[in-house]
Amino acid sequence: MLLQVSGVTKSFAGAEGPVPVLSGVDLSLDLGQTMSLQGESGSGKSTLLHIVGGLDTVDGGQVLFDGRDVAALDEAGRAALRRSDVAVIFQQFNLIPSLDVSDNIRFQARLAGREDAAQVARLIETLGLGDHRHKYPEQLSGGQQQRVAIARALAARPRLILADEPTGNLDETTAAEVLDQMLALVGDTGAALMVVTHSPAVAARMDRQLHLRAGKLA
Amino acid sequence: MTRAVLQALAAHWRRNPLQFFTFLAGLALATALWSGVQAINAEARASYDAAAATLGEGRFDQLVPRAGDSFPQDTYVTLRRAGWQVSPVVEGSLRTDTGRVRIVGLDPLTTPGALSPVGGARDIDLNSFLTVGVLFADAATADRLAGLPQEVVRDPSVAPDTALTDVGVAQRLLDRQGRLSRLIVAPDQPLGLPPLDEVAPGLTRVAAQSGSDVGQLTGSFHLNLTAFGLLSFAVGIFIVHGTIGLVFEQRRGMVRTLRTLGVPLRRLIVLMTVELLLLSLLAGGIGVVLGYFVAALLLPDVAATLEGLYGAQVSGGLQLRPVWWLSGLAIAVLGAGMAGAGSLWRIARMPILASARPRAWAMAAGRGRWLQGGAAVLLLAVAAGIALADAGLIATFALLGCLLIGGALALPLILGAVLALGQSRAKGVIGGWFWADTRQQLPGLSLALMALLLAMAANLGVSTMVSSFRLTFIDFLDQRLFADTYVRGIDSERMAGIQAFLQERGATVLPLLRVDSRLAGVPAELMGARIGPAYEDNWVFVDARPDAWAQVAAGEAVIVNEQLARRAGLWLDDRLDLGGGLRLPVAGVYGDYGNPLGQAVISEARFAGVFPDETPRQFGVLGLDPEDLRSVLGDAFDLPPGSVVDQSSVKAFSLAVFERTFTVTAALNVLTLAVAGFAILMSLLTLSAIRLPQLAPVWAMGLTRGTLARVELIRALVLAALTALLALPLGLALAWVLLAMVNVQAFGWRLPMYLFPLDYARLGLLTLLAAALAALWPALRMARTPVSQLLRVFANER
Repeated sequence: MLLQVSGVTKSFAGAEGPVPVLSGVDLSLDLGQTMSLQGESGSGKSTLLHIVGGLDTVDGGQVLFDGRDVAALDEAGRAALRRSDVAVIFQQFNLIPSLDVSDNIRFQARLAGREDAAQVARLIETLGLGDHRHKYPEQLSGGQQQRVAIARALAARPRLILADEPTGNLDETTAAEVLDQMLALVGDTGAALMVVTHSPAVAARMDRQLHLRAGKLA
Repeated sequence: MTRAVLQALAAHWRRNPLQFFTFLAGLALATALWSGVQAINAEARASYDAAAATLGEGRFDQLVPRAGDSFPQDTYVTLRRAGWQVSPVVEGSLRTDTGRVRIVGLDPLTTPGALSPVGGARDIDLNSFLTVGVLFADAATADRLAGLPQEVVRDPSVAPDTALTDVGVAQRLLDRQGRLSRLIVAPDQPLGLPPLDEVAPGLTRVAAQSGSDVGQLTGSFHLNLTAFGLLSFAVGIFIVHGTIGLVFEQRRGMVRTLRTLGVPLRRLIVLMTVELLLLSLLAGGIGVVLGYFVAALLLPDVAATLEGLYGAQVSGGLQLRPVWWLSGLAIAVLGAGMAGAGSLWRIARMPILASARPRAWAMAAGRGRWLQGGAAVLLLAVAAGIALADAGLIATFALLGCLLIGGALALPLILGAVLALGQSRAKGVIGGWFWADTRQQLPGLSLALMALLLAMAANLGVSTMVSSFRLTFIDFLDQRLFADTYVRGIDSERMAGIQAFLQERGATVLPLLRVDSRLAGVPAELMGARIGPAYEDNWVFVDARPDAWAQVAAGEAVIVNEQLARRAGLWLDDRLDLGGGLRLPVAGVYGDYGNPLGQAVISEARFAGVFPDETPRQFGVLGLDPEDLRSVLGDAFDLPPGSVVDQSSVKAFSLAVFERTFTVTAALNVLTLAVAGFAILMSLLTLSAIRLPQLAPVWAMGLTRGTLARVELIRALVLAALTALLALPLGLALAWVLLAMVNVQAFGWRLPMYLFPLDYARLGLLTLLAAALAALWPALRMARTPVSQLLRVFANER
């Protein structure tokens, strides 16, 4: 099993004491599988995604990634996990503004030490970014920026891809196109995919659909 | 509506206290250095004016001796009998335990206008002034004169280090019975006066001037200080400009909302202008208070500098004068207005539905870079043109302005090119990102870096000038102070005896005869020297005929110092009128660094021919041990120990005066560099607040916060190092202008330029240290940024 989450709890400091966000979450995900995570705003789905990706830490419970306890890793260990095994696709794209399209796509792959020029070229071609490779993020539309973010995630050939509302900032047509391309490419790499979404249409495209309600899986 | 809008505007400062602090601190620091310098200038000018008012300089025509520094009192009587309405003045310096005091003797019965302190509201009656003897002096000088038998009245209107008294009392105090220094000519003279040449051929009439001699002499020094103050102000304004730009850009969203809600654009602009005005008055007020302390701290050194360079007396105390605190407030408002005008203009032209882009200010700075490049090239070309034209002092300061501003404007373009080169050569992924990201940060940091460049170039240029001056001065002292011992301050009878005594013991005695005079219309001293191998082997000419010494020794020529040559427009073979009918060609021009006065040297015999009554006031002795000499002369002639001074003591004293002279420059240098360091700190802190969205994705992809903090630190160091490298040629160009142009025009001497690589390396390291310290706080903030704050960047509902 690539990912095993058991009894994870997390709370944030509030004005009147700690506010629980996750209250004992269990789930698992294996290579090649896709999963959606739905829930109302504030239900804890983004927090869970961040914990799984080594961006945030747990208060209790266990997150095993390929048998390693992510909660036991220090900051450097979690950074190494993010560099080599996990890629995150954000709703706000979060590209690096100082790098052009080509460099943005290669960036995480180079950090992971897995840059493959042929694969990068293929991704650029497949995602229709050929004419934009020397442009900077601010010169691209939202759909183009999200395609760059997807290419960046896939170019690093991670084993787990996390996507937080990947189509939330896009119009319906563009969102459908981007989702198709993302699922096809993820399928090709054999990576596991966890998508946080409000959209039932997006969730329906995943192998499994989970719902978070008040910090627990429903 | 107005109140609501003001509340909304103020809310921005409440939410961003760091920006508020940056704005106030930047403007206050800029104003402090400016108003501090203005306070010093105002105090010095007030002292000159007090001196001019006290001594009648500049206000009335005067009759002065054609040669020498005094004339017989009988000449005055002759003039009065011939109908000339003149009033006598005796002046000279009186040695006290704490230095010299200038004694000025006036005649209250004949002095024109308000020159005399007697009468009016004062309680001193004429009788006691004339008989018992009363001196008038400011409080500090009065304390120094407490040992005199005469009463000393405290009068704050008297110039510093000066005491006024009756002409007879002054003659007694100065041991100048029967001699006068000059005559003041009353404005109203009877008709049919006999010509001056007939009545008093030994005197010449000097016309009243618009300002005093000392005021004119020191003008260039104050211009120097003002230029330094303006430079410091410019460095501070860079901070304010950056802050205001960011504040206005961050408020774009709020402005759009306010306009959408119905606030008229005109009202909004007016209220933002009022806000800027109030804040700049607040910052200006703080700056003026700080400026007072800066001035109070520096004034004693400035006073020492002015006395050392020009012999000008300036009070060491500071008064609150409206001229400088009002100018401080005015420049604060002007500076804030200049910094904010562009931002207000952009807001005024912004379409109501324009999107709020927090980083648009940086992008806009990038877009204007070619315009900036054009301006830089133009300014540098103008600077080169002025240098080639070799114009006056004001034009030379314009040259300095063009050079520094042109250099500063060129900096971001050069840095951009270097960073692009670094990016193209980068190997690793983090290296590539580092260079690309640094390029992107450049617009946001460029103002602070320009401030650093200006401060460093000024520091480098001024320190090169001072160090070159120091080397030249030390070399000059070695040339000029070639005697082993100097004997001075003795009455003429004993001087003659001492000379004979020493010559009997085989010592070489070099007497120096000296009178104060006016040569070619400028204040100068005429010297008579016993020309010989000692002079020929040691003195170095700036320019001279091959047989200059032989001609001077033969009494056929005169040599002049560089100051006199440049002020009077004299050079080799020009003829100089030396008084007493003596007119000689100039055979040589010698360097005479540190002397405010013009100087001419003729042979001892020639001097004796023109001034037969003058006896040597000092002489140098070669060939005897100074300690033995002091003891022998002390025993034989009852000389006080201070009258026999060895060469090394004179050199040490002269160097001490030199070092103090440049204390104020060094202090302003350090302050300017500190302001530039503050500019970098504030820019980095301001940028760090908007950096998170750019750094969070890199963190998410696997770089730790510690790594990002280190990268931020290295970025500041790289930019500071590149700026320091570029400051080197700019600073050297500045040094050249100061040495080859400003010095010549301001002081009258041209100095050779030396390079000091170790000093430059030390300054570079200091700059890197300052940049590292400035970057440390933002870097630590980055390293300690809570993960929750980084994650908030990715939050969809933020």
